[in-house]
Amino acid sequence: MSGAEKIQVKVTEITPLNELVTRFRFERVDGRQLPTFSGGAHTVVEMQDGGITRLNPYSLMSDPFDQSSYTISVRRDDQGRGGSLFMHRQVKLGDEMTISYPVNLFSLDLRARKHLFLAGGIGITPFLAQIKQLELLHGHWELHYACRNQALASYADQLTGRHPIETHLYYDDQSQAIDLENLLSGQPLGTHVYVCGPKGMIDWVRSTAAAEGWPEDCVHYEEFLAPQPGKPFEVRLASSDKVIHVGENESLLEAIEREGVDAPYLCRGGACGQCETVVLDHDGNFVHRDHWLTDEEKAAGKKIMPCVSRFEGKSLVLDR
Amino acid sequence: MTIQFNDESFRDDYTFHNSEWAIKRFPFPFHEDSYMYSVNMEQHRGGPKGSVYEMRFDVDEHYVSEMKDRAIVLDQDPLRCQSLPHMTLAGWDLLELIMVSKSEDYPDLFELHRNGNQWRWVNKPLGIDHSFTFMDETTLPYGPMEYITRQAQGDFAVLDQRDEMLWMDAGMVTTQADWSLDFDIGMNFFEWHAPVPKAHEMGIFKRALKFLLNIQQGAPARRLNWTMTVNPLLDTSPENYHKWGIQKTTLTSENIAHKQHLRVELQTFFRLPRSNALVFPIRCYLCSFQDLMTVPKWGRRLHRVVRDLPVELATYKGFIDNRPMMLDYLSQFDDGLPTSPGIWPDLETEPPLSK
Repeated sequence: MSGAEKIQVKVTEITPLNELVTRFRFERVDGRQLPTFSGGAHTVVEMQDGGITRLNPYSLMSDPFDQSSYTISVRRDDQGRGGSLFMHRQVKLGDEMTISYPVNLFSLDLRARKHLFLAGGIGITPFLAQIKQLELLHGHWELHYACRNQALASYADQLTGRHPIETHLYYDDQSQAIDLENLLSGQPLGTHVYVCGPKGMIDWVRSTAAAEGWPEDCVHYEEFLAPQPGKPFEVRLASSDKVIHVGENESLLEAIEREGVDAPYLCRGGACGQCETVVLDHDGNFVHRDHWLTDEEKAAGKKIMPCVSRFEGKSLVLDR
Repeated sequence: MTIQFNDESFRDDYTFHNSEWAIKRFPFPFHEDSYMYSVNMEQHRGGPKGSVYEMRFDVDEHYVSEMKDRAIVLDQDPLRCQSLPHMTLAGWDLLELIMVSKSEDYPDLFELHRNGNQWRWVNKPLGIDHSFTFMDETTLPYGPMEYITRQAQGDFAVLDQRDEMLWMDAGMVTTQADWSLDFDIGMNFFEWHAPVPKAHEMGIFKRALKFLLNIQQGAPARRLNWTMTVNPLLDTSPENYHKWGIQKTTLTSENIAHKQHLRVELQTFFRLPRSNALVFPIRCYLCSFQDLMTVPKWGRRLHRVVRDLPVELATYKGFIDNRPMMLDYLSQFDDGLPTSPGIWPDLETEPPLSK
């Protein structure tokens, strides 16, 4: 079986935070303790949505050393394929669900003298766990958190209440913006910067840091891509000797799994590289959406990341 | 089962010995009659009852004496144990992993009592009963990694994971096959493997790194590695090469049966939860040629593997000069009969030596 180890949990708390974001608390069904984890880790939540099995990654936001429960916050995406809608509309208190062991693709660099966190919107969630971890380790950190408006600023009150010095808030509707160039140039040596938010924000932070001369390995980012809907297409899986149909609202990886073919995965968001699949033959165009393959690899058309990428054209043959 | 711990030495008079139980469970590393590198990883989730794979951290009859030998090495060379400042959290992770595993797997030997962060650790074989505060270094006599690895057989490399790379940033290394933590500390995965011949060209390390980076919590992995050691030395370090290297020249056809040892490493890999680091325990098992030859299948196979091993590998593993003498000895135990696949001794099913 692919993916990380699984844990059976039940939903013990559902807390709407604002019009878009709802928090879910999970505890183990068997009453045992959950594994500890490192700040920045995510869990993959399995959703049985009618005939479809959805597997969506969500950052763990609870105290990483608290083994009694995990919490995640889910932002409703009305344009998405339905994972967040399922969480918001279908999941009820007491439901049993399957989640994965924690996997961390966005961990703290523990060598850092200072951790500078830049969050956009729901991108705040991994930082909540990292901040709790750093509190325990007496780490030095600072948070700059940008949101559309005060009403949508999940956990802003809690953060300013507990960490008034470290927390800095910015609201778009009040025309407030992070003064990134000044912020970066004023950091002490040994600072690592972490960004989690929309793609535009990540690109902005990475390019500004690069222009300011920050070493690449001091700049950390996490962007989970949700698979996007697209035109249906057909794929031949050569090793399994199957021709499968990828529907408009499912990812290539989901279609492969639906056909009973076990394919490796971890993040399901184009970041970790686990699902990398060799293309044996194709006649058409790839819609590469992942962060994993290099631009050269994407242009070469020999590999595809089926968790988020699609294909448009006559025929596609994969080594799977 | 209660283990009878040997009183034995791995230096000077070399009183190290394997009981019949230890020979039968020896992790013979060759699953077929030849050997070449491979990323021979499998999941580390138990194994046949009584085998070295059964528990997360195997404890055997050599435990107490191996820990005494480790203390001697550390006394003479404290740099065998190092932990860069950012690795302390990983040290606590490791301490927790070993204490929890051993107390669950060997409840008659080890006990762990936890009340929040107030922990009491009882290690009966070593006579330790210690209360301390988890995550508070001042309540331990050493740092957390050193404290627990002075009580656990095998070497421990604790690897930080950053930027799609593993870094040798902490470790306890006193029973190594000729590599040095003091030399490798702070190096990345490709740097510390640079001396290994052939494997780079074969792409072995790229594949191995990819595998290791993706080892996840709750899903440890393992593999075997091997080399040859003259005399049952645990400490075959570069630091002490002047002491043990010369012993390779003392091998004769009269003493080879008990002096020459096959050295096998059971290497395991665990993701550490709080630090996201990776711990790489490297557990060394030694078995003399004469003890190995009590298993007919292993006698046949070891002869064939040593005979056919590429020169580069025999050189790298340090026995190219002694290979002819080893083959003279081992050929007596190879009657040309086929061997069964797999590493197990198959004493019931494999025919006795017909020669």
